Amino acid sequence: MKMTTKEVKSHREPLIHIVKRDELHWWQAWLIRIGAIVLAVLLVGAISMMLTKGSFTEIYEIMFKGAFGRITEGKTTMLWKFLQETAILLGLSLAVTPAFKMKFWNCGAEGQALMGGLASIICMIELGDKLPYPALLCVVVLASVLSGALWGVIPAFFKARYNTNETLFTLMMNYVATQIIKYYVYIEGGGSNTIHPVATGNLPTLGGNRYLLNVIIIAVLTVALFVYLKFSKQGYEITVVGESRKTAKYVGINVKKVVIRTMVISGAMCGIVGMILVAGTDHSINTNTVGGQGFTAIMVSWLGQFNPFIMVLMSALTVFLRMGAGKIADTCSLNASFADIAVGLVILFVVGCEFFIRYSVKFRHSKKEVKA
Amino acid sequence: MDKQIAIELKGITKTFGAKVIANKDVNLVVYKGEILSILGENGSGKTTLMNMISGIYFPDEGQIFVNGKEAVISSPKVAFEYGIGMIHQHFKLVDVFTAAENIVLGVNDGRYNLKRSKAKIKEICDKYGFDIDLDKKVYTMSVSEKQTVEIIKVLYRGADILILDEPTAVLTPQETERLFSILRNMREDGKAVIIITHKLNEVMAISDKVAVLRKGENVGVVRTSEVDPQKLTELMVGEKIELNINRTEPKNVTPRLEIHHVCCNNREGVRVLDDINFTVNAGEILGIAGIAGSGQRELLESVAGLQKLTEGDIIYHNPKTGVSENLRGKNPMQIRNLGVRLSFVPEDRLGMGLVGNMDIVDNMMLRSYRKGKGMFLHRTKPRDLANDIVERLQVATPGVTTPVRRLSGGNVQKVLVGREIASSPTVLMVAYPVRGLDINSSYTIFNLLNEQKEKGAAVIFVGEDLDALIELSDRIMVIGSGRIAGTVDARNTTKEEIGLLMTKSKEEGDSENDN
Amino acid sequence: MIITFICRAILLGVPLLFGSVGEIITEKSGHLNLGIPGIMYVGSISGVIGSFLYENACGNDAANMNPFLTVCIPLLCSIIGSVIMGLIYSFFTVTLRANQNVTGLALTTFGIGLGNFFGGSLIKLVDSDMPSIALTKTSNLFTVKIPGYENLGWFGELFLSHDFLTYLAIIIAVLTFIVFKRTRTGLNLRAVGENPATADAAGINVTRYKYIATMIGSAVAGLGGLQYVMSYANGVWSNNAFGDRGWLAIALVIFSLWNPVVAIAGSFLFGALCNANNYIQGLGTETQELFKMLPYLVTIIVLVFTSMRKKREHQPPESLGLSYFREER
Repeated sequence: MKMTTKEVKSHREPLIHIVKRDELHWWQAWLIRIGAIVLAVLLVGAISMMLTKGSFTEIYEIMFKGAFGRITEGKTTMLWKFLQETAILLGLSLAVTPAFKMKFWNCGAEGQALMGGLASIICMIELGDKLPYPALLCVVVLASVLSGALWGVIPAFFKARYNTNETLFTLMMNYVATQIIKYYVYIEGGGSNTIHPVATGNLPTLGGNRYLLNVIIIAVLTVALFVYLKFSKQGYEITVVGESRKTAKYVGINVKKVVIRTMVISGAMCGIVGMILVAGTDHSINTNTVGGQGFTAIMVSWLGQFNPFIMVLMSALTVFLRMGAGKIADTCSLNASFADIAVGLVILFVVGCEFFIRYSVKFRHSKKEVKA
Repeated sequence: MDKQIAIELKGITKTFGAKVIANKDVNLVVYKGEILSILGENGSGKTTLMNMISGIYFPDEGQIFVNGKEAVISSPKVAFEYGIGMIHQHFKLVDVFTAAENIVLGVNDGRYNLKRSKAKIKEICDKYGFDIDLDKKVYTMSVSEKQTVEIIKVLYRGADILILDEPTAVLTPQETERLFSILRNMREDGKAVIIITHKLNEVMAISDKVAVLRKGENVGVVRTSEVDPQKLTELMVGEKIELNINRTEPKNVTPRLEIHHVCCNNREGVRVLDDINFTVNAGEILGIAGIAGSGQRELLESVAGLQKLTEGDIIYHNPKTGVSENLRGKNPMQIRNLGVRLSFVPEDRLGMGLVGNMDIVDNMMLRSYRKGKGMFLHRTKPRDLANDIVERLQVATPGVTTPVRRLSGGNVQKVLVGREIASSPTVLMVAYPVRGLDINSSYTIFNLLNEQKEKGAAVIFVGEDLDALIELSDRIMVIGSGRIAGTVDARNTTKEEIGLLMTKSKEEGDSENDN
Repeated sequence: MIITFICRAILLGVPLLFGSVGEIITEKSGHLNLGIPGIMYVGSISGVIGSFLYENACGNDAANMNPFLTVCIPLLCSIIGSVIMGLIYSFFTVTLRANQNVTGLALTTFGIGLGNFFGGSLIKLVDSDMPSIALTKTSNLFTVKIPGYENLGWFGELFLSHDFLTYLAIIIAVLTFIVFKRTRTGLNLRAVGENPATADAAGINVTRYKYIATMIGSAVAGLGGLQYVMSYANGVWSNNAFGDRGWLAIALVIFSLWNPVVAIAGSFLFGALCNANNYIQGLGTETQELFKMLPYLVTIIVLVFTSMRKKREHQPPESLGLSYFREER
């Protein structure tokens, strides 16, 4: 029997102590976020300067030119290219947002958009000469919305029914979609890795600009999603389910139904983006059509605090960095992947800065006054 | 034989925030080879006091002496180094681990060898009379087995001072008896055992001494052999305090809600409601008293359509149509669609009744957002309601668009109660509506409940403060271990009578009902 | 024929094995590291850079190269590169409590970017006609086989004909398994991933375990990237060649139900599935592409099946994906 007092080491309070912050004002929070973005953009600039030995102004001049310059590429200016890229990234970010708001990790935007695009191209090729243009267009839109929704609702069903981990499920669905595309491209492309641009069933070109309609569609979606989330009954249900399932049950919301319905919407929006990419832009499809933006979209949606209008800024920033850094790489003959590094860095900075919004760091000396 | 002091507390004070005094100048001595019960009502500071000994909280004032030396207990780990181990109400176990793995977790005693550790655990088990399968996974265990693992875990770390927080709350009478015999073995072994409880019969059965806490103060330590339950109850509940709540006589009393033979199980399959029968009348307040966790929450949730009943019926008499409906097996939506105006203020205000991150207006809509045509929300009426509640109930808030999470406890409760009574309910259920509220807010809430009663609603009020229950209710139903221990007339009862009903054990409750 | 098929499957499976064992180690501490694909790229390119510099320093002459250094420099560089990535991930998710999914995905973007950036820069440096760099001399050492295996017929071919990283992968997987099951460290680590509050109360340093598990996990995963370049690709780096193997490694974690020993068999099975198309007679290229989705489909089925059966041992660690903040309990 051990009745003796054991040796007890002296215990000091830790040097650094992390505590939850009281609520910050929204402007304080945004000050921190903007600070992080500025810091990250400066860091990207600094790295560029190191690599290219260019001056500060040169670097940012090139970046701006890369995104907004008047250099023509075919018939469109870089600015239009910038708008198109922003629209696509924004579209995917919008698409995953309702799911995220419900705390459903839809990491499958990539696959859902690919399936939407696949439906478009199949309709364009198979029905191109069988239906009049307006009917064909309707079929294209409908098919891509449906197949995007289908790809989204499969994991949602299992989540609702068996609580299957949706992060991993949606992630896997991306690669299933990729392989289906490869398969289709192979049979349709007759053994080559490309499908020649299809002339039938494309989205109409507005005002002679091939990107204008795409940008308009996404702009409409942005407003629609904002209204849906903020002013509709279903959007309200999404918020309640995301905040607290217990509360949702308490007021009689059918949680399973909301999960499935929301993923239908999320998948359908991805399908629309896929359609824009295929019927509205490339008129063809390959495994790189979405180009990994489904993942970037997850980050944009998160950084945008699920607010569609903030997401506009975030996707614009991301695309600006991607194109700007791409331009630097191009001008100074660096590798094009420099853009990915820049985007990754900025996102890490912004994700990390949330810590300083939620917590504050106290040092041992200052703590005593606080504790009293 | 001289008894040695195991642990001594001198002048322990602990406050939370500026207002709440959890413990005030508590002195306490526990000897080796002794079982001490700490008795007190909910919120009397028992658990807080013990948490300071086990290193969860740090006292604001006062000293703790272990084996005669002053001890600075800054964390649970340090408490273990002093030989103090606490078994909490909520077990801290890893579900997918076996019993043995949980017991040795975090203990550094030479090379890791589960076989050798198991032999050591077996020794402890044999010594004190535990019966447990060491290779059983925790998630397949019953509550009693989990508790056993927790106790062995503490003993395995060589604790000489054991603190058990409400250990019998989750046990059957047989399991309780087994636990008590183990505790007696520990006493024989010279260990100091402290058990927190509010069941008088258990206090009498197990302990050598009883320390009674009331409102955070130690109001007396007595030898169990020298007191009777009556005396302990008086110590525990204290003098009657006049609250001066204006109570009117019930008018037009008709049955509104009849509960027949309601039984239900919790997720672990343990019976939490056992053959509950009662009637709630329109125009009266039915108080429900009982030790926390006796089935109050499950009872209210059963009526609200949030619990699955294994047996029983819940009959609602609609005053408008005169139709009677059975609410069993219906979800909250279906109940609402039947035209039953049932309001429920749950215990968990921000986790269930309200959404912390939404503003007051949006929280107003939780119940009513489906109203109105079309797919869009109609915020005008909720906004008016929010403004009305803020003004009428004097909710201290920067505005109706402030997230409710930022409001203080009292204001959160005003928002929640305000919303629930806004639909002019015919049945209003409130659970611990004034917990954590200051006096003024409490009165606001009490007045609202009275107002509803006068309007003819059937009010069910689950409370913990007996003074308030007695002054506000018309009848008081006492519930213990998922059964009804008795119903008393609130106008002709005493705190002692309710206290005795509350602390009765299962068997006693049975014989009482038979009489 | 069947022997070559199996050997090929093993060769294809080893990067996945490294990746998934690394991810298992990380996930056992409660962190879902979606940065693994990026980390594998970094592990790969770091090794390539180290090897490239050493080959150049020796004047690209095999005679000057010390065999020990030739192997160790890339190994060490690879480990350092991926550990730094793991450190970044831990700093963000453990210390800053940032969202694990977002941090992981950002790290993947960043890591793949780094890999292709440095890869591309090296390619430009050597100014070759091909968009790749060949480190044949280093690769030759990495693919040294056990002498005399040819004389043992099918047995030698099947068990003794692999490069040393393959054996290392298997040893690491088995070791990991033993550590999980038989050591105090493993017990503590699993407790941290399942229930950090309980582990904390038991006196385990939760933060330290999370950091170390993530960094070791990253180092192991990074070796997968190195094995791919040095053994599978015979020392030839070309941008994006590594492809989606990182995600396949994460899929393998689910498939093997967080058991590193099952991951050994699983990785070879995945390798076989990726490769089956080449060996089944009469398959058109298009059907081959469909075959390649098999690993993902199988993973989905396993995922659904385990969630339906709800057997606790087969579920992800309970606090996977959640940050731990002591004062919130």
